[in-house]
Amino acid sequence: MSELLQFLFSGLTVGAVYALVALGFTIIYNASDVVNFAQGEFVMLGGMITWFAHAQGLPLPLAALIAIAVTALLGVAMNKLMIEPARGAPVVSLIIITIGASIFIQGGTQLIFGKEIHSFPAFSGDEPLRIGGATILPQSLWVIAGALVVYVALWLFFTRTLLGRAVLATANNRLAAQLVGINTSFVMTLSFALSAAIGALGGMLAAPITLTAYNVGIGFALKGFAGAMLGGMGSPKGALTGGFLIGLIEALTAGYVSSQYKDAAAFVVILLVLFFMPQGLFGRKSTDRV
Amino acid sequence: MLTVEGLRSRYGRIEVLHGIDLQVQSGEIVTVVGANGAGKTTLLRCLSGVQPVTGGTITFRGEPLVSVPAYKRLRLGLAQSPEGRQIFTSLTVEENLRLGAFLFSDERVDRDMEDAFQMFPILKQKRNLAAGGLSGGQQQMLAMARALMGRPTCLLLDEPSMGLAPIIVSQIFDVVKNLKALSVTVLLVEQNAFGALKIADRGYVMETGRIIMAGAADELIADPRIREAYLGI
Repeated sequence: MSELLQFLFSGLTVGAVYALVALGFTIIYNASDVVNFAQGEFVMLGGMITWFAHAQGLPLPLAALIAIAVTALLGVAMNKLMIEPARGAPVVSLIIITIGASIFIQGGTQLIFGKEIHSFPAFSGDEPLRIGGATILPQSLWVIAGALVVYVALWLFFTRTLLGRAVLATANNRLAAQLVGINTSFVMTLSFALSAAIGALGGMLAAPITLTAYNVGIGFALKGFAGAMLGGMGSPKGALTGGFLIGLIEALTAGYVSSQYKDAAAFVVILLVLFFMPQGLFGRKSTDRV
Repeated sequence: MLTVEGLRSRYGRIEVLHGIDLQVQSGEIVTVVGANGAGKTTLLRCLSGVQPVTGGTITFRGEPLVSVPAYKRLRLGLAQSPEGRQIFTSLTVEENLRLGAFLFSDERVDRDMEDAFQMFPILKQKRNLAAGGLSGGQQQMLAMARALMGRPTCLLLDEPSMGLAPIIVSQIFDVVKNLKALSVTVLLVEQNAFGALKIADRGYVMETGRIIMAGAADELIADPRIREAYLGI
């Protein structure tokens, strides 16, 4: 029993990171129908920049804020320099551009920060909390809380604010969005900034547990993508649920089957979702009349 | 209110508007009629800023318009209900209308929405449904209502009758006619020349990217050439 609980705790921790990645996917997808495969690099940058700033002697909270701000700026730059010039290109081309951006960011990070694995101290110490015979790190609670807070904030943004609905409108029909006065290129910039900031937040929260290096992004991106697919692309609720589910499935596979198969679990889920319910758990079924 | 002079536009290397001159006075309903492919929609797309202009000028209430980006034109009072309706299919009817008033967040938004529901009662019934599930006629009503939510002084209407049953068409033309009472100036582009000319003050006839005739709407309806070519009489 305590064994199961232990697996669940570790699944929730890693699932929260995947949920944050999936939420990042959701925003850019909602604004543009593009799946941004550089999302994992934003996560990596969150961890790496926090480490770097902290290693320069800055206090941890300040280092974290700097990491989020710098990553958000990089997100904006990516949109301005790579996505916007290709406006009008098919969505698939844009997705391929994001893969290019991912490789570029990874290479750049390797040049600037090197290939070593880094970490920085956990926010509330390393003393594990004992719950029902299992243990959980205080940092895990930070990660889980981070995912929940971001989810609630995004849910409010998309359902309760006019700007949030303008983002949805831009994705649905860019021409019409311009005609009602929405500055669609600002909406795109905003979604890249938000996405990058959320990714960086996830990477920054997770780094004390998972450690960080220039090449951790791709793993986060693929698992987060699996989470977003499982939950239903475009739905914040789906991203949160899907991210946590992938984390749990992964932890249970590692615990009860073999840790060698833990990475396979996420990809088996992607395949099953694509075969049996391409809409995901909470995806919108679109029935348009013409 | 709206003056177009020598307007040219092209798709790639092919020029489709060869110098259009057109004027709309405040309070008028002006229609541009012509066959499919005459360039009517391109003309409206130039006016709303989503189609590049390669020559000529557009002046709206004394201001040059060509270099103003599309999303800023509604701020000047120029709204468009585009061809093919272009509603936000994944959002609800009410969200579509609210986004029509994206530029505003005062109490008049609610009043305008009530007015829109009064104009098209069916939209009120369906206010919480996804707009993509509406019938063609209802989508057209939504597109017009959404454009009016932006408080335009001039409304560009592209083919509101396209693909709709005759009873819906006459209902929609009635609404257009009544926009005068709301002091909204209308530029109406239509293939349904007869219906459009009947409610318009003046009309232009377009053919392969040029204006070939202009005049009072009742004179155009009476003109034998127009009757033969466009009215099928």
